[in-house]
Amino acid sequence: MLKVNDLSVSFRTEQGIVRAVEGVSFEVAEGELLGVVGESGSGKTVSLLAVMGLIVDPNATVTGSITYRGRELVGLPAKEMRKLRGREIAMIFQDPMTALTPVYAIGWQIAEQILAHERVSKAAAWQRAVDLLAEVNIPNPAEAVHRYPHQLSGGMRQRVVIAMALSCNPALLVADEPTTALDVTVQAQILDLVAKLRRNHGSAIVFITHDMGVMAEIADRMMVMYAGREVERGTKQELFLSPRHPYTQALLDSIPPLKGPRPRRLRTIPGAPPNLLNRPPGCAFAPRCPHRFEKCSAVPELTGGARAAACFRTVPA
Amino acid sequence: MRRLARDRAAMAALVLFAVIVIMCLLAPVYAAWAGVEPFKSTLDAVITIDGQDVPVMEQSTEGLGLGYNPIGPTWRLGSYFLGADNQGRDVMARLLYGGLNSLVIAGSATIVTLVLATALGLAAGFFGGIVDTVLSRILDILWAFPVYLLAISLSIVLIAQGVQIGPITIESGSLSLPIFIIGIVYIPYVARPVRGQVLSLRESEFVLAAIGLGVPSHRILYRDILPNVSTTLIVFVPLMMALNMLTESALSFLSIGVQPPNASWGTIILDGQGLLYSRPMVALAPGLAIVITVLALNVFGDGLRDALDPRSKIRIGRG
Amino acid sequence: MIFALLRRFGQMIFVMFGISVLVFLIFFATPGADPAARIAGRNASPEILEAVRKSFGFDQPIYVQYLTMMKKIFITGDLTSFVNRGWKVVPAVLDTVPVTLSLVIGAAVLWVVFGLLIGVAAAAARGTWLDKLLMVLGLIGISMPVYWLGEVMNLVSQSRYHDTWMFSWVPPLGYKTFSTDPKGWFLTLVIPWITLSILYIGLYGRVLRAAIIESLQEDYIRTARAKGLSETRILLRHALRTSLISFATLFGLDFGALVGGSALLTEVVFGLQGVGKLTYDALLNLDLPIIMATVMYASFFVVMANALVDIVYILLDPRVRTG
Repeated sequence: MLKVNDLSVSFRTEQGIVRAVEGVSFEVAEGELLGVVGESGSGKTVSLLAVMGLIVDPNATVTGSITYRGRELVGLPAKEMRKLRGREIAMIFQDPMTALTPVYAIGWQIAEQILAHERVSKAAAWQRAVDLLAEVNIPNPAEAVHRYPHQLSGGMRQRVVIAMALSCNPALLVADEPTTALDVTVQAQILDLVAKLRRNHGSAIVFITHDMGVMAEIADRMMVMYAGREVERGTKQELFLSPRHPYTQALLDSIPPLKGPRPRRLRTIPGAPPNLLNRPPGCAFAPRCPHRFEKCSAVPELTGGARAAACFRTVPA
Repeated sequence: MRRLARDRAAMAALVLFAVIVIMCLLAPVYAAWAGVEPFKSTLDAVITIDGQDVPVMEQSTEGLGLGYNPIGPTWRLGSYFLGADNQGRDVMARLLYGGLNSLVIAGSATIVTLVLATALGLAAGFFGGIVDTVLSRILDILWAFPVYLLAISLSIVLIAQGVQIGPITIESGSLSLPIFIIGIVYIPYVARPVRGQVLSLRESEFVLAAIGLGVPSHRILYRDILPNVSTTLIVFVPLMMALNMLTESALSFLSIGVQPPNASWGTIILDGQGLLYSRPMVALAPGLAIVITVLALNVFGDGLRDALDPRSKIRIGRG
Repeated sequence: MIFALLRRFGQMIFVMFGISVLVFLIFFATPGADPAARIAGRNASPEILEAVRKSFGFDQPIYVQYLTMMKKIFITGDLTSFVNRGWKVVPAVLDTVPVTLSLVIGAAVLWVVFGLLIGVAAAAARGTWLDKLLMVLGLIGISMPVYWLGEVMNLVSQSRYHDTWMFSWVPPLGYKTFSTDPKGWFLTLVIPWITLSILYIGLYGRVLRAAIIESLQEDYIRTARAKGLSETRILLRHALRTSLISFATLFGLDFGALVGGSALLTEVVFGLQGVGKLTYDALLNLDLPIIMATVMYASFFVVMANALVDIVYILLDPRVRTG
């Protein structure tokens, strides 16, 4: 349904050109949940913003191809893109506290989206808002619909945001770290909600996170990003059981084990992600990789089809 | 700082302002060269244009032909360039002297305001508690008083007979009075933002740490808080100067600012009011001078703020 | 919310009290001259000075003097001018209020409408030549002394171009009451309205533009874009609406200050007998009782307007209203 091919996004800044995303390709089939994992700065958010057409910086350049149900989105006139956004492809963001406009009631904001895309009466839109609030488990939806965002907790606001995103039954929902800003118990509720909604609405989901635990719970397929490039992809089981990239391995290793003796120190990945202004030559992960060898001075290609990884060590060239 | 230097508009404004200041500083030089006495009534002065002797106050040809009309602009430097006012004085020379006074008053008042406002803002924000409550209430009251009415009230009381505080006597014609009045009137304008900033700085981690470590208050104020507040203050300087110039000229226009025989741009506009329809240049020139100077200060102030205040980095872009 | 309103009201009362004390101190307690001489005006005979002393209680302790002053202004209203013998001050002040109101309300309408237009247009066109042009015009607007602009307007409309079609309708300076001559009232006020509003249009246009642009950086705008809303709708319904709160607050403060007498420069230049002009005339004549009364009434009005603005804010902003 969604095919991204060789997507690159770069930003012209005062200090130089930042290549936030380089040559990323992935696919999302109808109804499946693709998890995108990576640290801050890995390019995961920017790639999906490009898919949504939400890169507003005039200093940005987007190249490559993004096709949605056969339609090319790169270069699509803004007006056409707006028709798709919110209706066929929706996106929710990380911080629920600031995601809603403070001066309008939440019912109004949901109805606004519905009315922007569908020809229904105001009353019908408001009624749908009430139904949506019920679906995301907000108590007293008929009354809650008139409340203002500041009257709700973070978890409630995120539910409203989810309800709003699903209001027009999009075929694809992009969720950018929706649970990172919430505490763990709320996180679990939101994840359950996402799973249930996926069943009810049948939408495909791209779920961005840096938390492998969350991935384990909900993903079908996964994609690992590092320094603006994709370094591994595969099904959840494949990546968790037999990772093919040292970075994926390192991410898995850093999860504290549930069984066995308590480690004296939590495992971390030494070093820091590279500066995207001055990318060092060769494999971007090499400086931090325990398996590096002399071949790593060249940039490894992503090889292996649906089970690809970008590493000279694990994937023979 | 480098970013400021790259802001061409701001730099041009700064240069323009510097030029104006220099021109006004040269007022005595100009007056000497032109051979005029801009503060004495010179009704029977005569100047030479193209070899001919022209009296500065000519017989009025308008209306009933009674009375005298000062000559209009001659557009010759050194010979009543902008014409004469109704006392036969050279408007151009007065313009330069007046500019000097206006600039001095605006600058000094800015210093007065900033010093006092910083002291109040620091005290209120840092010490909090009862000190803050008392100071804030005083600032509230001062702030609620409409600026011009406060200035008028103070002026009428002080200017008529001067001030005697203990051993210090200030004459009624002194420039210190407008400086003092304008300086005081705008204290809340600066003190409130300073207080707000000090309040939030006080809760910041490095200050809390310093307090926890037992660093004495005055050192915290001096080393941690003051440097941060100084950025705000620097941004205020050109903006306050612009505001003060406008206020001073308004007060002078109302006869409660600079007193004759001193001149400022405001007093010259007042002089020009009576001659408005016959010799408009007397009123137009100082006004234009004010507009240009204030504009330059505002443009520079904007540029300064953009360069120093990280929050105002506005990304220009369309969705 | 009731609590917030009550607190604001209490604060207003306190500030008013503080202002009355400040006025009192300025006029009665500044060092240098005999307050009785100040009030009685120049050339007052010794009998009048004595009468003033008794009437204002200058032989009494200072707080009695304060109470006497307050009584004269507010309760008995028998504060009289000594320069214009026996002219009752309080009604004189009240008579001038409609003039000031006419001037300020008209100018306010102009500046709100154009301020909004310019602010929104500049924000929508940010970065383009239109934006820069509007901002430069705004800058010029706030750099012009309002009284000088008034003089220039007079020069153009009353004298230089008075006979052209553009300005032949401009009547001579002065105010005509609405009830006797509505058309005259309107015509005499048009140029003053424009003059007074130019400064504020520049100011509000710039402030609004900055506020809107800042709102556009917020997260909820990103959500609105993700919803597929048009840029225009986002600008007007989301960014502008949120910025309006501070715009309205600022407006209330300036409006209050103007009606309180800051419009005096415009009134003087155009010969409109409003509160400000009254104050100015009294100033030239050193007519202290009038100045005391106008300053007091003006400040009170400003304080009331400020309190009203805060109250409206409490009612308007849903975050404060319900939270």
